[in-house]
Amino acid sequence: MEVPILKQGEVLIATFQAALSDADLENLRRGLLQQVVRFRSRGVIVDVTAMDVMDSFASRTLREIAHMIRLRGAETVIVGIQPEVAFAMVQLGMTLEGVATALDLEEGLAYLTEKFKSID
Amino acid sequence: MVKRDGSTKDSGMGNIRNAELAVSEDPSELLRELVAHLRQNRTQLREEWVGRISETRLLTAMTKDEIFKEATSVYDSYVEALETETFEALQAYARNLSERIIPRGVETHEVVGIVLLLRDVLARSLFAKYQTDFKKLNRILDAYEPAANRIANTVAVGFVQERERVIRQQQEAIRELSTPVLQVRERLLILPIIGVIDPQRARQLTEQLLRGIRTNRAKVVVIDITGVAAMDVTVANHLVQTVEASRLLGATVIVTGLSPEIAQTLVTIGVDLGKMNTVGDLQGGIEQAERLLGYKVMAVAEPR
Repeated sequence: MEVPILKQGEVLIATFQAALSDADLENLRRGLLQQVVRFRSRGVIVDVTAMDVMDSFASRTLREIAHMIRLRGAETVIVGIQPEVAFAMVQLGMTLEGVATALDLEEGLAYLTEKFKSID
Repeated sequence: MVKRDGSTKDSGMGNIRNAELAVSEDPSELLRELVAHLRQNRTQLREEWVGRISETRLLTAMTKDEIFKEATSVYDSYVEALETETFEALQAYARNLSERIIPRGVETHEVVGIVLLLRDVLARSLFAKYQTDFKKLNRILDAYEPAANRIANTVAVGFVQERERVIRQQQEAIRELSTPVLQVRERLLILPIIGVIDPQRARQLTEQLLRGIRTNRAKVVVIDITGVAAMDVTVANHLVQTVEASRLLGATVIVTGLSPEIAQTLVTIGVDLGKMNTVGDLQGGIEQAERLLGYKVMAVAEPR
């Protein structure tokens, strides 16, 4: 299932709708990178509220996305990780190091707005 | 065969009567006789039993009078159980007794010990009574031993069950008051941890905290471990994992109240606390949390 990428001002928002296959994740990565360049976005929010399982591939891809987008000069926030998922991830050692996280979409937007302000 | 058949018939009335007597003396008959004997000698046997109890230093948590009182009721229930061969009343009594004496620190071995002592005292009185008639003694013991063993069993099991019930109840209580997740300010939670953390409690703690972060939309969490006396590798790693999981939910964790001992242990065992945000005490933790949240607390007037 394709992940829709929405543009909201300077921010791109990708919301996972359901569990994704590895190919979908690859597509998401490609899509996000292209669109960050195209729209000259300054921030990306990946919303994973709907995911109740996160495997190592998904979590690695998320980290890669964040780091690649940083190289493009934009900031990534992962939002909406479920408590159970969060603890399972940590136990498996997938801690998304160096990636910003926030409680939900609203928090993520607030975080990015704050970040943009401090840069400007 | 034929010859022996004849001989039994011929051997006269005496033998036949003896056989009949043996048949009529079925176990319940013997038990009745036994019970009558125990009732008759109640005072003396009880005295002897209590004497043996204090001799062997059992039930040191109880006074002499109490021991005597309990001994009397145990003795009576014991005899009653022998008489009726029903153990429900005894079971109920054992449970009731355990309920009363467990809080006073009476141990399992003491309870089993006194019941076994009673068994021995009674058995000896039987030896004394029937020492001239060995066969009868044998039959009496045949009737007495299974019943007595069952009684000992019932009491011991009753005691252990009561103990287990108490333990379960206490565990439940500890679990319930275990880990409050409290909101002290908008978006600021504190989690005071007190007592020993075992893996199960640690897991429950993490679950509650993560859920609390979500429902209260917390941004900063202060975990106060002033009340934790010791910490091992497992618990320390769990704490680190909790901190990381909280971060995945977008919350910053501040750990406060690490005692010098715990700090030393953690450094010695080499737990990676680099990612952990630690502040000396709870007050400092809350102040730092307020800074992170952008609060500025100041006095608007002199304290009254």
